[in-house]
Order: sequence, then structure tokens, then C-alpha cells
Amino acid sequence: MLTVKDLFVRVEDKEILKGINLEVNAGEVHAIMGPNGSGKSTLANVIAGKDGYEVTGGSVTMDGMDLLDMSPEERAREGVFLAFQYPVEIPGVSNATFLKTALNEIRKHKGLEELDAMNFLKFMREKMKVVGIDEKLINRPVNQGFSGGEKKRNEIFQLQMLQPKLAVLDETDSGLDIDALKIVSNGVNLFRSKENAVVVVTHYQRLLDYIIPDFVHVLVDGRIVKSGGKELALELEEKGYDWVINPEPAAATV
Amino acid sequence: MENTRNKEYYISEFKKTEQSMNGEASSAFHQIRKQAIARFDEMGFPTVKNEDWKYTNVKQLFDFDFTGGSAGVVTKKDVDALHIKGLNENIIVLVNGVYSEKLSYIKKQNSGIIIENLNSVLKNNPELVLEHIGKYASIENGFTALNTAFAKEGTVIFIPDNAEVKGHIHILNITGEAGKHILTQPRNLIVTGKNTKVNIIESYHSTGIEENFVNAVSEVVVGENSSVEIYRLQQENSGSFHINRTQAVQARNSVFTHYSVTLGGGLVRNDTNVLLDAENCTGNLYGLYLTEGSQHVDNHTLIDHAKPHCQSNEMYKGVLNDNSRGVFNGKVFVREDAQKTNAYQSNKAILLANTATIDTKPQLEIYADDVKCSHGAAIGQLDDEAVFYLRSRGIGADLAKTVLIRAFANDIFETIENEAFHEHLNNLVFEKLG
Repeated sequence: MLTVKDLFVRVEDKEILKGINLEVNAGEVHAIMGPNGSGKSTLANVIAGKDGYEVTGGSVTMDGMDLLDMSPEERAREGVFLAFQYPVEIPGVSNATFLKTALNEIRKHKGLEELDAMNFLKFMREKMKVVGIDEKLINRPVNQGFSGGEKKRNEIFQLQMLQPKLAVLDETDSGLDIDALKIVSNGVNLFRSKENAVVVVTHYQRLLDYIIPDFVHVLVDGRIVKSGGKELALELEEKGYDWVINPEPAAATV
Repeated sequence: MENTRNKEYYISEFKKTEQSMNGEASSAFHQIRKQAIARFDEMGFPTVKNEDWKYTNVKQLFDFDFTGGSAGVVTKKDVDALHIKGLNENIIVLVNGVYSEKLSYIKKQNSGIIIENLNSVLKNNPELVLEHIGKYASIENGFTALNTAFAKEGTVIFIPDNAEVKGHIHILNITGEAGKHILTQPRNLIVTGKNTKVNIIESYHSTGIEENFVNAVSEVVVGENSSVEIYRLQQENSGSFHINRTQAVQARNSVFTHYSVTLGGGLVRNDTNVLLDAENCTGNLYGLYLTEGSQHVDNHTLIDHAKPHCQSNEMYKGVLNDNSRGVFNGKVFVREDAQKTNAYQSNKAILLANTATIDTKPQLEIYADDVKCSHGAAIGQLDDEAVFYLRSRGIGADLAKTVLIRAFANDIFETIENEAFHEHLNNLVFEKLG
């Protein structure tokens, strides 16, 4: 579904991604792990189309479409979803209005009829149950005054509402206590299907106790230095990132 | 010196008007006009040397010889198109500054209530006009002087004690005529007695593309325990001049709420002033302006707390695009007597382009010691992070910006109690931004 080929990205004068290759198929969950500053969030933002990143080489495609040639809204309409590390507060726009606008823009793009207020409400209520989000939060301005956990839960609620093909979760576990982590993970697990794919970007392994990945990639200094199955995450947790950054001592013991 | 020629133009226009009057030239009211033209002769038009006009240069006005126009250019259909859906309207229509009986519709009101053109009140009930006119909007500059000198058309609303007004009052001003530059000088007088409530919409529109000049003055007396709400909506074409002065005076336990909404006009200057002249009054001044092209919109406000235990709320918000320019000057005056005053002022602007500018100046002058006054000014741009957030959910770039601008204006919308006007304005804002 998602193919990242030899991707090089700069921010201002600094090269952040130095040749990333990634193949994510429908039905799979991939975890991208790595220390701070390794380029994880850059990868997530480039897939979603955020400004400020200069792609100097390589390609990013989804089902053959050149994502790098599309605006953020076109990508979203085709099924790319980024759960933000720091969801933005938007005073003056209610969560419900925001989601209705977004959902209908996506439906319009797909040639579907726009949902009217009644049908939208019905659909939204179903999804609220899935994520366990409070009605109060729905009528409040987007993310305004939300706790860290509420913001992350709101991201997953949007994921459930918009039902994208590809979900990229950027540090969704940061700032969550264990109960919130379970609820958020549950929302993601319910989203998983044979037709869609998930890329989980995370520093820590603990989220992967709840969202079990099919593949784990370790990103260090703009390159994927190691890939493996879910057990790789546990190994990283145990041995730390130094283990992949400076592999010599480990190699000596083999 | 350049404005001498123009001063003389208006003075000679005055003389012409005077010559065409019959008996009216000797009326008591005409003496007020004569005093006003003499004041105008002394003052002329304000220049940028005047601190209150520092950011607004009116010299472009001198490029045109403005004249009167005819009434026939507007049809019932034009008026219907400007009707505000959901309002229970009394409609008063002024075409090129002249009251049109044919296009206006005023409900049968309770006895004693007057909703009528100034010219006819001057004939039927001149004492009423003489008792109030010029008593509140003193002549501080050439524009008010000029308006007073030419005062003839406009709307008089008089509501006696305890009288209930039926419906909203919508004063529709439509100006323009092919090949002409029209000058209109509406003079409104709104006087309410005790225990009354009135809701007024004052809208200004253009037909055609010619540059016109509206020089309006409104005087408002809010009676004891009464509430007056005025929604002023400026939607003229981008070449037009609009100078507006509104002066309200409040009696005990009254509420005055004013909205200044500017979506159109080339050069717009509004002076919106309220005097809280008795205890326990509330004065609310709200403003919203969306500008583009080379529009220039200057809002000057004065909230004068003269007596104790009053409160005022002021909030102005602007969104400026292209080369447009905004000015906000908000003065809050708390006099020595006005203990326990609660005054809140906020003005915020968003600049959508690097070439748009705003000059903002909050001025608090406080002479009482037991008061709560606050003010805040903020100028910024649309939040790029928020734009990206909306776009990342499938909302197009233009719609994302519109949604965020509408959200920026939401604080103003939340205060609008007139639901029909709320909806109308919401549509206008989306239309303008769309």
C-alpha cells in the first residue's frame, strides 16, 4: 500500500532522512522506533504533506499514487491519516463541526453523498462509543482545553470517524497514562483490518504491548538500521538504542 | 490649502439648497443648519495633522464633486434581495439618501411610537427634533458639521415610556447612480423612553461601481431601564467613502449594544461613542471588519464612564488581506465620579498578507480609583499549524482558512442575540471569504 523508496529529506540546511526504504502492505502494522532526533516525526510529516520539509530524493507512493505530488488535503481524501504528536487547538470551531466538514469533504471526493446533520450524528455516536469519548468533548472547540490524554483520544476518534486507508500514528503514546493508553490502543486495534495499514511511530516499546506490530524498524540518524518482527521491540527495550547504534560490542559476544 | 476648494464647493452647495427652500429657510431647525455650515466653514475637513485623523487621510474625497441622485434607480426587487431572512422587519429604505415611501414598509405601531423620515417629522413635530438634535453628537469635526448643515433625510425613531415596538427596524441605505457620484447625509435620531426595547439594523449598500460618499450621523438616547441594539452593516462598493458617527447616551439601568460590521467600502471611518451617563448602565461595542484590496477601515470608539456602577464591554476584530489597512483607536474614559466601573476592551486583528497593515491604539484614561479596567490588543497571522491540521483531515486550503477566520470571529458571533442577523452575518462572512 505504502512504498517509501530511497527517501532523502532536508529541513532547512540539515539532512534529516538519508535514504529510507519502507514497504507497508494492506493488513499490516509497522512500528518505526528510534531515539529522539532520528527522523521519525519527519517521516510521518512528509507522508502527510506538512510544509517545511524539502524532499531531495526518492519517492513516497500509496497504491501507486505519488503522494509527494499531492496537497495534504488530497492525500487525506485518498486515505492518508496522521495522528498528530501535538494535536492543534482550534478555538471557535467545535469538534463536531470540524469532523462533519472533514468527513463530507472526503465523501464528496469519493463521489458519496454528504451526510446530513441527522445521519452524521448517528454515525458519530457509534464512533464515540468505540473510543469512549465524552459528548462534552465533541461539542467543545477542537482540542481546546483538552488534557494530553483527551487530545490523543480525539485523534483516534478522528481516525475512527474518517476510516482512512493508511494511519500514521506519531508518538500517540506520549503523555498517556496506562488507562488512556489501553483505550487509545483499543481504538487503533478496532480500526485494523485487511484493507488498511498502520504505521506506529514511537520512542518506547510500551505502546507495542497493546498494538502488536507485524514489523519493527529501527530508525537511527535518518536511516533504517535494523528491521525485524515484534520481538525486535522487546530486544530494544531491554538493551537500549545503543545496541543498534554501536553494534560492535554485541557482535563480539556472538 | 488643498481642501479650501472643496470646502467652498460644499458651502456653495449649501447656498443653492437654501435658495430653493421656501418658508423653511426661516424655521428654527434651519438656524441649526446655518450654525453648522458656519462651523464647517471654520473647521473644514480634518487632516492627518489632527491626532484623531492621523491614520486616515480623507483627501481622496476632494477628487469628486458629489451630488444628489434620483430615487428611481432602485426597485422593490432590489430591496427584497437585501431583506434579512428571519427578521420581522419594518423596512425603511433610503435611495440615494432620500426616503422612499414606496419601497418602505412600516407596521402599524402602538400609539405614540414614531418611526418616520426626518423630513416629515420636521414638518409634523419639529419640537421633537429640536429637543434632541445636535444635543449628543456635538460638532467636533467638519463631517458632523456638514451632516448637520444638510440634515433633512434620515430616520427618527421615538419610543415613549413602556411602549412595545413591533418587529425589528431595518434601515436600508442604497446609494449609486450610473455616471454620478452621490453624496448622502442621513441623520438619524433614536430616542427611547423608560422600559422599552428596540432592535435596529442599519445597512449600507451600493448599486453600481461609481464612487459615492455617505456621511451619516446617528444620535441615540437610551431611556431608563431600556435596551437599544444597533447592528450597522457596511457593504458598499470598494470605491465608496463612508464616514459614520454614532453617539449614544444612556440613562440609568439601560443597555446599549452596538455592532459595527464592515465588509465593504473603500474608505470607511466610524466614530462610535457611548456616554454612560447614569448608574448601572451597560454599554457594549462590538466590531468586525474584513478588508481586502485597498480598503481602508478606521474604527474610533469612545466609551465615556461618567457615573458609578456601570460596565462596558468592547471587542473589535479585524481580518485584513491584500493592501488593505485597518485602524483601531479605542478610548475608554473613566471619570472621577465613575467608581466601581468595570470596563473591558479587546481588539484583535489577523493579517492575511504581508502588505496589509493595522494601526491600533487603545487609550485608557482613568480618574477614579476603585475600578476594574482591562484592555488587550493582539495582531497576528493565521496559525499555519492549524491550517495544516485541517488540511490533513481532507479540508481544502481555502476552506481551512475560511473556517479559521470564521473561528477567529466567533467571539463576536457568540454575543449576537438577534438570531436572524447572526445567520445573515454568518452567510455574508462565508460569502466574502469564499
